[in-house]
Amino acid sequence: MSPRQILVALAALATVLLATGCAAPAKSIDYAAFRTTRPKSILVLPPVNESPDINASAGMLAQLSFPLAESGYYVLPVALVAETFRNNGLDTPAEAQAVAPAKLQEIFGADAALYVKVTKYGTSYTVINSEAVVAADARLVDLKTGAVLWSGSASASSAEGLNNGGGGLMGLLVTAVVQQIIGSLTDASFTVAGTTSLRLAAAGRPNGILYGPRSPKYLSD
Amino acid sequence: MHRSSRTGLVLLLAGAAVLGGCAHRTEPIYQWESYQTQVYQYLQGQSSDPQKQIASLEADFQKIRAQNHKPPPGFHAHLGMLYASVGKDDQALQEFQTEKSLFPESTAFIDMLLAKANSRKNSQQDKEKTL
Repeated sequence: MSPRQILVALAALATVLLATGCAAPAKSIDYAAFRTTRPKSILVLPPVNESPDINASAGMLAQLSFPLAESGYYVLPVALVAETFRNNGLDTPAEAQAVAPAKLQEIFGADAALYVKVTKYGTSYTVINSEAVVAADARLVDLKTGAVLWSGSASASSAEGLNNGGGGLMGLLVTAVVQQIIGSLTDASFTVAGTTSLRLAAAGRPNGILYGPRSPKYLSD
Repeated sequence: MHRSSRTGLVLLLAGAAVLGGCAHRTEPIYQWESYQTQVYQYLQGQSSDPQKQIASLEADFQKIRAQNHKPPPGFHAHLGMLYASVGKDDQALQEFQTEKSLFPESTAFIDMLLAKANSRKNSQQDKEKTL
């Protein structure tokens, strides 16, 4: 291969990488109800935990405000919401998630609620090393009608590199993670829950939620 | 330019193009500081020392304001809840009002909480009167 041929090959490779790297996400889910409703505020209900780790619900709940707020939504203060449920005798996430949408709308004044189920959390799922895995499912429900506006699932692992983000919200994650590590006594699973929450609930991702009214990208998707 | 160094340059440029190609990087809307960590610790029941959490969030807020950024949704409401838990009702009220003015979407929830707190206080005062 002559240097010229190498050059051409490299240029072609760069073009291909650029094209694939920035390809518009393939939208395969139906956004019709989402587009009609256009919620402004989201109530994140305490996540139901199916993992053996008792920190799972708190870990996911504490991380979910970030992707939702940065996507342009008002997120009701999650700890205050959790307290409100507890003070009203709804002590478990399952009980909170069983409240009728209309009732939730009346109490919290939110347009939509995010129902999350944590399916994996912590290190108990791996055999080879002490990898932390967090996986969760979620659905966004219109609190006026009870209609499901969006649903999705995501997972992340501490064994992955964090360099798979690129621009956008995933790029922000790196900052967020660094802040948490510097921040204090947080555990690996909590950090991984941050990645999972972004993959799950950030706009601008394939099959993700749409941007909300507080985002500069509102209505661009 | 030597041929091998030119190939190196081309490689470098190609690499930069690939890395930079998708960097229409989004600026964050909010400055988060330790909010998520504070929420996590609160939810885990590590709120035995709310004063320490208040101090952390107040320090965060100074930092956020100094950089002319915005705290995230829930930040002031969470701080208000911590103030209320240590009996500093005036500061709690102020934080809840700040949350409302920054985020009018919170109005219904916060007004409901304040109304409940008021009615509890009133019924307590009534009890004291009757005793």
